[in-house]
Amino acid sequence: MKKPLELRVNGAVKTVKVDPEEPLLYVLREEFGLNGPKYGCGLHQCGSCLVLVDGEASYTCRIPCASFEGKKIQSIEGLSNGDKLHVLQEAFFEVQAAQCGYCVNGMMIAALELLESKPNPNEQEIRSALNRVICRCGTHSRFIKAVKKATSSNSNL
Amino acid sequence: MKTTGQFLIGFNLFPLLNCSPSEKDPSILQAYSGIPERPHGGRDLIDSWIRLDAEGHVTILTGKKELGQGIRTALIQIAADELEVDIQRCHIINGDTGQTANEGYTSGSNSIEGSGKAIREAAAEAKLFLLQLASAKLECSLEDLNLSDGTIQGLRNKKTSYWELLDGQYYEKTISGEAPILDHKRHQYVGKPIPRADILELVKGKAHFVHDLRFTDMVHARVLHPPTYGARLLSIDKAKVEALPGVLGIFVDGSFIAVIAEREFQAVKAWEKLKEATVWEKPSINPLPDRLFADMRSKAQKPEIIEENKNTTSQINQSPFRLKSTYQRPYHMHGSAGPSCALAKWEEEKLTVWSPTQGAYPLQSTLADLFQVELTNIRCIGVPGSGCYGHNGADDVSAEAALIAKAFPGKTIRLQWMREDEHQWEPYGSAMIMELEAGVSKEGMIQAWDSKIWSDSHSTRPRGDAGHFISARNLENPFEFKKGGFSGGAYRNAIPLYDIPALNLKLFNYDGPLRSSALRGLGAYANIFALESFMDELAEASDMDPFAFRINNLKDERAIAVLEELKSKVNWNAMGRSGNKGYGIAFAKYKNTAAYFALMAEVEKDPERKSFKLKRMVGVIEAGQCINPDGIINQTEGGMIQSASWTLIEAVKYDEHGVLSKDWNSYSILRTNDVPEVEVYVINRPELPPLGAGEAAQGPVAAAIANAVFDCTGTRVRELPITAEKINW
Repeated sequence: MKKPLELRVNGAVKTVKVDPEEPLLYVLREEFGLNGPKYGCGLHQCGSCLVLVDGEASYTCRIPCASFEGKKIQSIEGLSNGDKLHVLQEAFFEVQAAQCGYCVNGMMIAALELLESKPNPNEQEIRSALNRVICRCGTHSRFIKAVKKATSSNSNL
Repeated sequence: MKTTGQFLIGFNLFPLLNCSPSEKDPSILQAYSGIPERPHGGRDLIDSWIRLDAEGHVTILTGKKELGQGIRTALIQIAADELEVDIQRCHIINGDTGQTANEGYTSGSNSIEGSGKAIREAAAEAKLFLLQLASAKLECSLEDLNLSDGTIQGLRNKKTSYWELLDGQYYEKTISGEAPILDHKRHQYVGKPIPRADILELVKGKAHFVHDLRFTDMVHARVLHPPTYGARLLSIDKAKVEALPGVLGIFVDGSFIAVIAEREFQAVKAWEKLKEATVWEKPSINPLPDRLFADMRSKAQKPEIIEENKNTTSQINQSPFRLKSTYQRPYHMHGSAGPSCALAKWEEEKLTVWSPTQGAYPLQSTLADLFQVELTNIRCIGVPGSGCYGHNGADDVSAEAALIAKAFPGKTIRLQWMREDEHQWEPYGSAMIMELEAGVSKEGMIQAWDSKIWSDSHSTRPRGDAGHFISARNLENPFEFKKGGFSGGAYRNAIPLYDIPALNLKLFNYDGPLRSSALRGLGAYANIFALESFMDELAEASDMDPFAFRINNLKDERAIAVLEELKSKVNWNAMGRSGNKGYGIAFAKYKNTAAYFALMAEVEKDPERKSFKLKRMVGVIEAGQCINPDGIINQTEGGMIQSASWTLIEAVKYDEHGVLSKDWNSYSILRTNDVPEVEVYVINRPELPPLGAGEAAQGPVAAAIANAVFDCTGTRVRELPITAEKINW
């Protein structure tokens, strides 16, 4: 049964007509056309589907979209401002932190959540934060480097 | 402009990757809008590889796929340098049977060596041809021409350009292979760490993967795979599933079951319901894991003799130091982070498939067999998937999407495998046994070497026979899976690069209980694990330092160079030996023809906890002329971490009911908490041809870890994975 649902995604509010039981992932990809959050396991094991919800990383592959009403949802698409990149996006690009790139979304969201609470994390804190995201290409060392770079860029502001 | 078939300008799957120079001077280069689509005319035509248009753009066509290894950028670098144009003008199209040449599979670390060479030669030929045209037009000799970013200056201020010369013309020109190749000293881009533009797209969340494709007539599909190998559908209650919201249809052909729905989540719910609505006859898997390796040996038929020297056995028997060791590798999974996904559409007897396959052409020919149609009726468009590391579910999902599309013509079917589909149905890297025996002289020279390998196939990639698709075997009229000959993959890198006067190599082909095919490195991973562990065992028996022992037995100067460089980088001689740390090295030249790689692994033990941790790895790679050093470092770091994961914790689990490794809890891989530090150094040899580098790290890492663990704990672990339980604390 489809019902109207008001969702706030990347700063814009949109009402969509969906089954309230449908996991947010599919609504974000189909109704909002997002590519960031992805299907990886559907089991909350891999982190491919992560987005920020009120500043905290949340899985989206199983949790019904209705649970997200009234919350501020942010995906990696919402990070850049026109051509201006978020400092984390810049850091990921400069470090060339990707091989196949499938986990980049998850890694960035996990990093963003960390940086919200800890603007200057140490290496162990970075590793811990990213641990929830599966990367099979072995790009982990670059993600750690990219987060460090983003924090040092931040501290120069 | 001659075209055949459809004429599409600016056909692009995704909003264009525009290396926009808008920051500089927008008047110089107009926005790129793609090229008219048309089939290539054969590998020996320039046009099959390089197309220049009148607006100042260069389009490179390669049959190879971007898998996350950075070849889109690397191949563009090669072309831009050879044509002597600004890299911003260059764009690339990968793996499409409708447009690019047939380059078989993107595998074997062959993209730069194969495609790179073809593109380089085509670009050189194109440049020469255009310069000859310019020379005629400007009425001066070739030597008087001055080329700069496609602008050609002649004498008396007369000038033209590549773009002007091409305007309105279409030239069919063959590659002679004789056009002069640019001196590497003049490279502007090759050898530089040009950043990958697609990474910019990825961090912005732009569409990139086959998973991101969207079409207006698209519907969502799921396949219910059988519960285990060879299972047969006994009954299905279709009504139960058809009643679910959004379900558009169920397709059943023999034991092949698929459901399509309007929305993706509806397809997922229908798939879950199908599990409840089906009854299967389930054969048992055997042999069971505890009998697997014994079964390999007992079933060993007559071995394939790969190498034989009549002196090997006697030489070993006469040597002052003789050693024999046996090593074991379990089944390993590709474990793609994004389960395989493909789209397919049948329209008026023509099939289009959007696939993450490593081989668009082999897929096309195998689909032609599946549907018994002409090749010209099928187009396979390669679109990046999640990292595949070999033959994963990509070809199967493509075939299944096509089968479903046939049942629902006129609709674009998007089929996404579930996590358990990918984990349980992908073909694994084969379990293997390696038995090595050697004799060493008093001076530490290896005199003879005897290798025996037991292994299942390292390639069951589709090559025109539909029986290689798992679902084709489940149809009412099934295709037979003819495994065919076991490929040479099993003994890849089993012949040491070391200078050994007498060598035997035997391969025992084994038809195993689990599905197996090409996983990054193929047999090289296990063979180098064994060989380089064994080298350390021999070095120990000879009371020699591991570097010295290897260098002593090498004639290949470049091999010696990577080892020397590694030794220097890690300061091997000055390294302290503090109680809980252990260090191990290993070396290989991938396939004995591709890149050279040596590394050191550092392990630290915690005797109280009876555990150890891989702390750090330092690698040195030499791949001839390095196209993109950062690309090579990225791939090597990645291969090191991936191989460390295989080596330390991975093994596919199964029982008589089926594969048990069905998600990330039941098949763990290294995560950020546990990945070691990695450092990679590149030795660039720009005067030499480029060598394939993507798989160089896999084998040596396994051995370096084993050697470090031995150094640290005194326990020699020969059966992978190397876990704390196997250490003699």
